[in-house]
Formats: sequence, C-alpha cells, structure tokens
Amino acid sequence: MDQFTQTAWLIPLFPFAAFLLLTALGRGYRRAGVLIGSIGSLAALVMSLLVFFERLDPDAVDYSDGFKWIDLGDYALKIGFEVTNLNALMLVIVTAVSFLVNVYSAGYMKKDERITVFYGYVALFTFAMLGLVLSDNMLVFYIFWELVGVCSFLLVGFWYARPAARAAAKKAFIVTRIGDAGLLLGIIVLFWYMPGHALDFSSIHNVFSEGQSGAITMSITTSIALLLFMGVIGKSGQFPLHVWLPDAMEGPTPISALIHAATMVAAGVFLLARTFDIFEASAAAMHTVAYFGGFTAIFAATVALAQNDIKRILAYSTISQLGYMVMAMGLGSMTGGIFHLFTHAFFKALLFLAAGSIIHAVHTQNIQEMGGLGSKMRITAWTFGIGALSLSGIPPFSGFWSKDMILASALDENPFLFVVGLAAAFCTALYMSRLFFIVFMGKSRLQQPMEIRESSKVMTIPLVVLAVLSVGVGFVETPWNGWLGSWLSDGSEEVHANAAAIVASIAVGVLGIYVGWIMYGKGSIERGAATARVPWLVNLLERQYYVNEFYNVVIVKSVRGLAEGLRVFDEYIIGGAVRLVGLTSVAGGRVLTRINNGQTQVYGLTAVIGLLVIIAAIVGRRFW
Amino acid sequence: MLPSYLTMAAILFCIGLYGALVKRNAVIVLLSIELMLNAVNLNLVAFSKYGVVPSLTGQVFALFTITVAAAEAAVGVAVLIALFRARGTVNVDEFDEMRR
Repeated sequence: MDQFTQTAWLIPLFPFAAFLLLTALGRGYRRAGVLIGSIGSLAALVMSLLVFFERLDPDAVDYSDGFKWIDLGDYALKIGFEVTNLNALMLVIVTAVSFLVNVYSAGYMKKDERITVFYGYVALFTFAMLGLVLSDNMLVFYIFWELVGVCSFLLVGFWYARPAARAAAKKAFIVTRIGDAGLLLGIIVLFWYMPGHALDFSSIHNVFSEGQSGAITMSITTSIALLLFMGVIGKSGQFPLHVWLPDAMEGPTPISALIHAATMVAAGVFLLARTFDIFEASAAAMHTVAYFGGFTAIFAATVALAQNDIKRILAYSTISQLGYMVMAMGLGSMTGGIFHLFTHAFFKALLFLAAGSIIHAVHTQNIQEMGGLGSKMRITAWTFGIGALSLSGIPPFSGFWSKDMILASALDENPFLFVVGLAAAFCTALYMSRLFFIVFMGKSRLQQPMEIRESSKVMTIPLVVLAVLSVGVGFVETPWNGWLGSWLSDGSEEVHANAAAIVASIAVGVLGIYVGWIMYGKGSIERGAATARVPWLVNLLERQYYVNEFYNVVIVKSVRGLAEGLRVFDEYIIGGAVRLVGLTSVAGGRVLTRINNGQTQVYGLTAVIGLLVIIAAIVGRRFW
Repeated sequence: MLPSYLTMAAILFCIGLYGALVKRNAVIVLLSIELMLNAVNLNLVAFSKYGVVPSLTGQVFALFTITVAAAEAAVGVAVLIALFRARGTVNVDEFDEMRR
C-alpha cells in the first residue's frame, strides 16, 4: 500500500550518489557531469512524486523509521526519517525546483570551467535539503540544517576569484551562524526539558499540543520557541539578520533560484511549521514571530523599490515574501505560511531563472542599462511577466491565493498586521511592475550595442514549466476549496474566506501595478520625481536603510577592535611567556654545560652543594 | 669528652673535603681523602667509647675502614702512576675524560 513511503529514505540518496560520482569523476567529464546531476535530481523527483501521490490517500498515516545511533545509558539517540503530508509536499517542492535548476544550469553554466564542481555542489545541496525535510528529530534536522548552510557558502562563493563573491560567501555563513547558535541553544534547552529527552518531532507534537499540561512551564516554552526562532531569523533572512541574503546574489543565478529563493531560505519557515506546536503553546512567541515577519515584509518591500540590480530586487522581494510566511505562522495560520512557501518556491524560482536568462543575454545586472528586451526575448518576458503577476498577487495566479489566505487570517487575528501586509503587497506590485517595465519595455539603454537573442531551449523550457506551475499550483487552496489546509492538518483547519481581504488584496495589487505603469511604463510621472521631492527617502531606500553600514560600525568595528586587543595580548603576554620559557631553558642549558666540564672536583663540589641544600631543607622544615 | 672528639673529627673532615675539592695536585687530593676517612674513624671510635650505647663494634669497624682505606690508597696511587705515565702530569684540572 505505502511501499514508496517506506522507502522514502532513498530520496536524498539519489542526489548524494550523484554528488559522490561527480566528485570522483573530476572536472573532465563536462557533459557526463551535467547528465549525472540531472539524473540524480530527476530520480529524486520521481520518487518524491510517488510518495506524494501515496500521501494523497486520506487514510495515509504518518510513517517514520530509523535506527539507533548513539546509546547513552537508558537514553538512545536515533537517526530516522519521517513522512508526513507536510514533508511530502516539501519533498516535491525541493526536488522539482532542483531538477529544473539542474536542467537550466546546463545552459546557464555551459561555458563555466568548473561546471562539474557546480553540479556536484548542487547535488550535495539537494541531498542535504531533502535530508532536512525528511529528518524525524531535531538533532538530525540540525545536522542537515548546517549542511545546507555549508552548500550555500560553497555556491555563493562559487566564483571565488571575485572578491565580492568571497566576501558574500563569508557573510552568508557568519550571519546565519548567529541564528544557528540560537537554534542549537533552543535544541539543547528542548533536550533538557523534554520528558525522556526526546527530540523527535512526534514527541514534541505530543508534549506541546496538550496545551500546557504541566510538562514544561510557560516561560521555558517561550524561551525554546524564541531560540528556535533565532535560527529561523538567520536562515530565512528575517529582519535583523537579513543582510546576507542580498549579498548572496553574488552566486550563480540558478543557485539564487534554488537555494536563496525556493528551498534553503524556506527551511526556516519549514522549521516553524515542524515545531509549530511549541510556538502555538506560547502566545508571546507567536506575537514575536508575527511582528518580526510583518516588519520584515514591509521593510524589505520598500528597499526593493529603490534598488537597481535585478537580482538584488528579487532578493529583497524574497526577504519580503519570507516575512509574509513567517507572519502567517505567527498569526497561527500554518497552512497560509506553507501554502505561500509552496507557491513562492515556484514563482520566485521562475523569476530568478528568467532574470538569469536576461543576465545571460545582456551581461549586466543593472536594470537601468536594460530596456526593450520584451520584443527580443519573448519567452523570457512572458514567463517573467507571469511570475511578476503571481508575486504581485493578481488572480488567478498562484501568489494571489496564498497571499490572500495570509491577509485573510491577518484580518481575523490582527488588523494592524493586515494593514502592514497590504502595504507590503502594494510595494510588491509596485517594484515588480517597475522592474518589468524598465527591463522589458521602452528603448534599449545598453552601454555597448549588442545582438540580444533569446536563451537556448534548455533554459527556456524550465521557465515555461515553472510558469505553468506558477499559474496552476494556487488552486490547491482557494477561498472555496480548503484542500491543502485540511490535507496538511488532517481536516482540522477551517477555510479563511473573507471577501474584504480578497477585494483589498486585489485592489492594492492592481493599484501597485497601475502606479508602476504610470511611472515607468507610460512615463506620465517623471522618473526622477521621487528623487527630486524626497531625496533623503530615496537615498535611505537605495542604501537599504543603512543596515549594513550600521552593522559595520557597531558590530564589525567593535569586534575588530576586540580582536586587535586580543592580538596584542596574544603577541606580548602569551607569546612573551612562551618566549620566556624558551629563553630560560636555553640559559639553563648554558649554565649546565659550564658545570658539566668533566672535572672531578667540580662534580664533587656540585654534589656537596646539593647535599647542603638537602640538609638545609630538612633542618629548615623543623623551624617552619 | 664526646663533643671535643666530634669537633676534632668535623674539623678534620672539612680540611679533607676542602683539600679534595680544591687542591690541584692529585697526590694531595688522595691524601685529603685519607684525611676524611680518618675523620670518620675518629667518630666511630669516639662513639664506641662515649656514645649512648658503648660497643666494641665501632672500633672493629674503624679497623675495617683502615684496611679498606689502605687498599683504596694502593689502587689510587696505582691509577695515578698510570695516568702520569700516559699524560705526563698529576694536575687534576687537566683530567677531564668524563666530559667525553
């Protein structure tokens, strides 16, 4: 019956085998490398789809299995996998995007010398991400969580010859590490307080869903939730730790689509969903999550309005949409968060891949140098347009349904966050239309005239597939059809249908696009109008609220100062002590060589002095 | 009576030690060693007569020491003569074979 579910542990092993094979083959086998990587992810995709279809059966029960890893007295640590409806959905998202990115990269990375290495890293990432999705306890989850971080580091710094890429890779790694420290602490606290030290998700569910039956106190629950949320902040680019994500765009564009839009950054949201019971048990934690998410959504959306780098705009858009997902979680709508994750994975991957197709054609990322690409790159323009409409929340594209669901639950729970969400939705529509009109409409503003052609089939086909998915996947959960919600939560979550939310979200979406069209499409409003009226605001947005500068002054400088102080301490105090020991030994050696001159009388004298010292010591002890 | 004997022996021992450590002539060094041995003999005899538990054993021991000292002197002088033949000197400062 559920034979595929029972062998779900095989899914991550396909990309892992591909990774091993690619690493063993080396750089020579370029074509074979592409093939191996793609086949690895295709196999995982097929397997995931089989598992997914099995899970569609309403009678399917959660399945988990594993083996004992470490035996510590009466406590045993297990490694295992678990298949739930949520995991099955994530499996499909990850493998689908991964496979399409693999295909797309065959075109995008064609001329790169290290394409085999690239495919190896992508395969390793896919393995780690699938492992993360399937893991059945927090510790295994944490291991894979760090592993995807490593892959992100490797791939952001893939073009390590560029100093910016190196810096971005380090930044991505270090900034997420701050969040990961919190996550680890959260896991440790959880381990300490859980009955029987159980770390598996089903025990967590059982303990916390009982609604504070006394196993764990309220304050401990809140602190566990907040510590886990630190990990989410780091990985999913929420407000104070979002700075790494825009910089991570230094990596190859397919990577931005796979890791920094669709899958890895969504791992934080996935963590929220997996440990949702902990958060639900603490109202304070839920509020924190909701406000962090809401603030990030509006904050990043406004920054995206003033950026000129196409990938940076999309990166801030990703941060903003992740903010939406986190906000949905904080508002108690797990389905809304996961649904938005699901639709966002497809349309944002589509937008990134289309952006990659543009960059591939014009060799620049500055949108001010593009323009008029619509007529030359029809497929890219159409698919990008679909992605943009979906992101802007225009029906019937998928983004509308998921965003509407979040806004509807916000209207129920917290009207303030509903307003914030609407404002962010307006900004989203505005910056997407700005991006679309500047890039695809008008005249070409390229520095050197060049012939621009549509990208090859291997790149456009994934775009088309993703565009179809971006339109289609939204219908799994609509105001009149709560299939996804009931499937994810075994039929317990009711449908949030709210006409006001629907009207409002369509209105702000259309309004945003209309304003964008007036400003950038039709040109009725002078483009420099905002710059002329409120130069400080534009400047503030362009510089991304000076967050990086602030961190540089407050954190980087002070840490550097501390490091300098410690360096001096190390150099002169510790190093001095080491040198002193060395000098003492050498000097002692010199003295001993003098004494050891072979003359009997000197030896005799030494012996007598030694004897006297011993006598003095023995006699002296009496008077002490 | 005992303290004066012991003082005498201590002075004798110190003179011997001084000579053994300081004098350059190997013959005098050997003589100084004899001096130290005799200081010990003096102690043995003094304790056997005036000690807390007087006993003849001390004097017997002194006799043994004299015998051993005679043998030691014979061996010492023989070594010295061999050294003098080999090196042409009896100056202790120049004997530094132990360094190698």
